Amino acid sequence: MDVKAKKRSVVPFGPQHPVLPEPIHLDLVLEDEKVVDVIPSIGFIHRGLEELVNRRDFNQYVYIAERTCGICSFGHGLGYVEAVEKLMNVEVPVRAKYLRTIWGEMGRIHSHLLWAGLMADAFGFENLFYQCWRLREKNLDLVEMTTGGRLIYSVNKVGGVLKDITPDMQKVILNNLSEIEVELKDIYKTFTTDYSVLERTRGVGVLTKEQVHDLGACGPYARASGVERDIRQLGYEAYGDLDFEPVVSTDGDNFARCDVRLREVFQSIDLIRQAIAKMPAETDLSVPVKGNPDGEALVRIEQPRGEAVYYVEGNGTKFLNRFRLRTPTFANIPAMCETMKGCNYADIPLLVVTIDPCISCTER
Amino acid sequence: MGAKFTPKQTLRVIEKEGLLREVMVMKSRHMRLSQACASYKDGHYELSYSFADDETMDYETLRVNVGLAERVPSIHNFYSCASYYENEMRELFGVKIELIEPDYRNKFYRIKAETPFLPEDAKAEQKKEEAEISLNGADSDLDQEQAARDEKQAEKDAAAKKAADEKKAAAAAEKAAKKGAQ
Repeated sequence: MDVKAKKRSVVPFGPQHPVLPEPIHLDLVLEDEKVVDVIPSIGFIHRGLEELVNRRDFNQYVYIAERTCGICSFGHGLGYVEAVEKLMNVEVPVRAKYLRTIWGEMGRIHSHLLWAGLMADAFGFENLFYQCWRLREKNLDLVEMTTGGRLIYSVNKVGGVLKDITPDMQKVILNNLSEIEVELKDIYKTFTTDYSVLERTRGVGVLTKEQVHDLGACGPYARASGVERDIRQLGYEAYGDLDFEPVVSTDGDNFARCDVRLREVFQSIDLIRQAIAKMPAETDLSVPVKGNPDGEALVRIEQPRGEAVYYVEGNGTKFLNRFRLRTPTFANIPAMCETMKGCNYADIPLLVVTIDPCISCTER
Repeated sequence: MGAKFTPKQTLRVIEKEGLLREVMVMKSRHMRLSQACASYKDGHYELSYSFADDETMDYETLRVNVGLAERVPSIHNFYSCASYYENEMRELFGVKIELIEPDYRNKFYRIKAETPFLPEDAKAEQKKEEAEISLNGADSDLDQEQAARDEKQAEKDAAAKKAADEKKAAAAAEKAAKKGAQ
């Protein structure tokens, strides 16, 4: 019998590719159409932001931390100030905690809707892409109204927040959220029932719960495989006062990831409503911070893409020694590479998009 | 209502020799590798390996202090995702981690900036310590393998450069001859 060895070829994917909003490079080792190995490489937009902490005042660095990424900017600012506040034993006012929670959830809605649009674009459903981004625009309007910025909020500071959400703004937020919720139901229905969407998502790129643990995946990517882990359950900021459970799905495929992220948007809407209802009517938005940070502190928060780790080390001066940021996308890259093995080459763009890659954060 | 969890966050400084044993204990306790990173401090590296317990949300960090040219074992046998952090530590900070699998050989981070990110005096110190280790014959198999590969690559590059130069010179000579004939 004539047995031919399967020919292997290496196909480069990225750093420029229609589905990639940011550059990541993958060398895909193929046997015919099947992917047998993946070699990732990153660093195309490395800016050395961690090192900049040695040259900027720890208060100034809040704005640099926010600019790590344009999508999860609020989360990075929040993680950094939380770590510095922990280091300096600063207790921020309760209202500031609620405000941070509201803005954090607005950031999550914006990020998940942006991702939903990119996902729709990746499987060629342009109309769905437009609808997701149109809805995201309504959320961005709320962010603009409350912070003055659309992507970079710049409302965090060490010791509290810089802006307040007035009762009038709260009414607008609640109205807009109701509109978003109604329209989101249609988008959710399309993502979970449309034949052409299901063809591209059902059973593709399956990741088991055990693999998630071994490969260190996090966030909605892990929750889509049945892992009930949400760092918000640690109760940081006002999350301890709010009622919520992690959104989990068990299939572990592309469909489950869509399902989890879209249900998380509904959850975020609910959390904002709860936070507005429970927010105390204090006047203080921040507390004065005296002295310089000394020692080390580590904080974890739940970014839209998952668990982000912030480590700061102070030396008693206004400049920090070290700032370390482990982003959720970095943690999800090993799992992404694993899910690609055995898949068809045509599914690779979708598998990259389903981790919701945020390369700016990852490369810092 | 309050937070659902009241997690403990601990940091333990351990010896390099005990790293693999401690990591094995973490694995047996079903802890997840959350992050690993390196930082330069006062003439040595601080390596931090953080593990998370997803049941209790506890967070434990193992800290290992190693010299600039000291070899550190890879923990990828226990946690496959560790290789990504280890490649990062080696490429960006110059930590000498041995036998990482997969080893991207300085191709994981494709950055233009010169690495490792160390102060100039630390870089000189690292080279000095490496030379001492090399003189003592303590080079690992990995280093020898890497050196052999580098040598082979250098030979290849030199040959390619020579061929290109010769081609260029031939083209220039041909051009000059044509010009002369005209």
